[in-house]
Amino acid sequence: MENALVSVPHNWYLLLSSLLFCIGVMGVLFRRNVIVILMCIELMLNSVNLLLVSFSAYAQNADGQVFVFFVMVVAAAEVAVGLALIVSIYRNVASTDIDSMKKLKW
Amino acid sequence: MNDQITNSSLLTILSILIPVFPLVGFLINGLLGKRVPEPISGWIGSIAVLASFVCAATIFFTLPATESLSFNLFNWIAYANLNISFGFLIDPLTITMLLVITGIGFLIHLYSISYMHGDEGFTRFFTYLNLFIFFMLLLVMGNNYLVMFIGWEGVGLCSYLLIGFWFKEHENNNAAKKAFIMNRVGDLGFLLGMFALLMLFGTLDYAAVAQAVQGYPVNHGLIVGITLLLFIGAMGKSAQIPLYTWLPDAMAGPTPVSALIHAATMVTAGIYMIARSNVLFAMAPATLDVILIVGVATCVMAAIIGLMQNDIKKVLAYSTVSQLGLMFVALGLGAFSSGMFHVVTHAFFKALLFLGSGSVIHALHGEQDIRKMGGLGKYIKITFITFIIGSLAISGIPPFAGFFSKDEILAKTFEHSPAIWIIVSLSSALTAFYMFRLVYITFSGNYRGTEETRSKIHESPALITIPLIILAILSIIGGFMGLPAITGLTHAFSTYLSSVTGASAGILPEAHHLSHATEYVLIGVAVLAAIVSILIARYMYVTKGQLPANSDAELNGVQKLVSNKFYVDEVYNAVFVKPVVKLSALIYEYVDKLLVDNVVNGVAKVTDLSGRTLRLVQTGSTTFYLLAMVCGIVILFVIRLLI
Amino acid sequence: MYSVIAMIVCFFSIAGHYVLLNAQFLAIVHIIVYAGAIMVLFLFVVMLLNLNQEPDKSHGKLLRVAAAISGGMLFLVLLLSLNTSETGTFVLPEKSDIGMVQHVGKKLFNEYVLPFEISSVLLLSAIIGSVVLAKKEA
Repeated sequence: MENALVSVPHNWYLLLSSLLFCIGVMGVLFRRNVIVILMCIELMLNSVNLLLVSFSAYAQNADGQVFVFFVMVVAAAEVAVGLALIVSIYRNVASTDIDSMKKLKW
Repeated sequence: MNDQITNSSLLTILSILIPVFPLVGFLINGLLGKRVPEPISGWIGSIAVLASFVCAATIFFTLPATESLSFNLFNWIAYANLNISFGFLIDPLTITMLLVITGIGFLIHLYSISYMHGDEGFTRFFTYLNLFIFFMLLLVMGNNYLVMFIGWEGVGLCSYLLIGFWFKEHENNNAAKKAFIMNRVGDLGFLLGMFALLMLFGTLDYAAVAQAVQGYPVNHGLIVGITLLLFIGAMGKSAQIPLYTWLPDAMAGPTPVSALIHAATMVTAGIYMIARSNVLFAMAPATLDVILIVGVATCVMAAIIGLMQNDIKKVLAYSTVSQLGLMFVALGLGAFSSGMFHVVTHAFFKALLFLGSGSVIHALHGEQDIRKMGGLGKYIKITFITFIIGSLAISGIPPFAGFFSKDEILAKTFEHSPAIWIIVSLSSALTAFYMFRLVYITFSGNYRGTEETRSKIHESPALITIPLIILAILSIIGGFMGLPAITGLTHAFSTYLSSVTGASAGILPEAHHLSHATEYVLIGVAVLAAIVSILIARYMYVTKGQLPANSDAELNGVQKLVSNKFYVDEVYNAVFVKPVVKLSALIYEYVDKLLVDNVVNGVAKVTDLSGRTLRLVQTGSTTFYLLAMVCGIVILFVIRLLI
Repeated sequence: MYSVIAMIVCFFSIAGHYVLLNAQFLAIVHIIVYAGAIMVLFLFVVMLLNLNQEPDKSHGKLLRVAAAISGGMLFLVLLLSLNTSETGTFVLPEKSDIGMVQHVGKKLFNEYVLPFEISSVLLLSAIIGSVVLAKKEA
């Protein structure tokens, strides 16, 4: 088990996290449901977290993990506020469609 | 040893406190504004100045005349090898000015409480007054030219604010602007002088400059240039030819202001500055000659104009210009301590005269034209008596203050050249004449106003008369600080100042001292001339009961010329003001309207147009924004990869 | 609804990666915070708003094509940059304790005390903010 892990090249982690990130971006662009968009953002954050942890593991430096911890804190706060916003918007327009929130222009 | 240290640090604290008190008064009155009830703001202002006076007096009594106290508060400008600190210098010259400023300032503050009573700008008045005192103190306390310059500009500002104090009348605003602009001309000279000093010596510190300048030969071109520039500054502030015309117009301000700023303190700043840089000026005798000529010319010209003025304050204003000219004569002769002595005595009696005239105006409810006065001696006795004392003092009648200081300067001029002595004595006799012309027309004879106003004439309240009485006493005894050499007693004032002026004494050529006999003759002639002038004035205006003409038509050519102040204002108007106005109209029409306006409007139009276009990008669709963001990131990456 | 559950599965697998990378502390925190708190919150909101009936419409065609192109470009560019960058040959050590609670905790409370405290303020403001936003207008 440990030997197998050692043999995993670092590049694969980079690949995995960029893949995850792009999935997140695509999701944000394709979907219209705000909740899903928010989830995709979480996915993007997680891909970055994974990248940070992998770098920290390979470079033997715990700073990256501390940073991930802070990213989690921010993500938690962001989700709480974001969902609260969605709830209050839903109360007003009875929809979670992102195109229903087009009023903020000019 | 230890005792001495505590003593000097105590003095340091005291001297820092001197300008702080008026500043605090200014802040309280200025920030609270109308929330402070009327008399209280006046008392705040007065007590602040009194506190400064007490500090100054303490320093006067503790600091020996031979010593000076110089310290830096903080480093102000430190750039490359330029190093200017913000520091104070306390020496006998400064202390003299401090006592005059705070002492007379306090009396005038007291006076103003009553004089300005009921004015809607009461608090504002005391705010400006305190600010003025603060800047004036800064001016005399600084230990380098730059600190002096702050004070210099500051008092100019306050002077502007106070001349235009009653800003609702257009004329007052014009007078204020005139004073400000005239001063600016002088200030430019001062500023250039400072730059030249920096360039030449790399320092603005008084002591360092005085030290450095002695390495140059006497009358070195650069030194003469610098001193001339500094003198231009002094000309503006102290109202000398050709920059004197603002001072008579400055009488538009309230009378206490005229007394404080335009007679006793601010206008003497130029004299202080030259006395402060006496070593510098002593190294440039050519400049001293210029000062002498300008001083003599101003002294005579202002005295002549003073003969024909009909506004009580204008007469005093021209007499101030004339007396300032006399002080410059003293400076031009290198008699710096005599000049300062006259500054002090002049501050006493001129403040007294102005406050007295204020009391007259107060009694007549704002009337300033002496043709409409007359016979007031019966109604306002205290004012009358104190005014007489002031007039005697300015005319140089012994034993009043003006006699001693004037006589000293006259003696110095005789040492230099009898011709100048004759001119200056003549103008001094003229001074006596127009002062008593003023006294007789105003106070004797019969009242020329309407019956209705006559019944309302009343003596001013105690807050006005008490400062008058104190100043009158000072005008009587003030001269004994500096007794002439013939009495055989020491000249207390010049001894006190000797540590400051002594440095230049060694540079200037030794004047041959007059014999006692000559001096007696000189005094006799001067006093006689004054008395004769007074008698002529009495004959003309009391015995014959002449009155000044009401219009130009009644005057002959010369009188017309004099009464219109030699048309100097008109000439200035034609030579300087009109072309500038025309030029600016031209520039307005072509440069401003065509060029500047189009550029400014063009910028606005471009912004407007691009905003209109870019607005279309704001679709409001979040997805679109995100798409754009992703595209942006991609582009950035591509650029990064390609480079 | 399904997407939320799929997301939870995804998070668990990421947590597994953390364990493999010797980041045990983060793995636990990750499960607690994401699976335990954030996704539960999502589920709550989805159920609260009763969104199941609503069909998930997609964008217009143009937008979809643009999204696909830009997203694909992004992935390509990322890959390219991975290719060109020198990643070096890092070797994961046999045994490492940098991911243990002890080690991370020491870092967190020594070097990063101030950000840690500030993050608590951030969380507090998030709590208050979400309460205010979600509250029915009084």
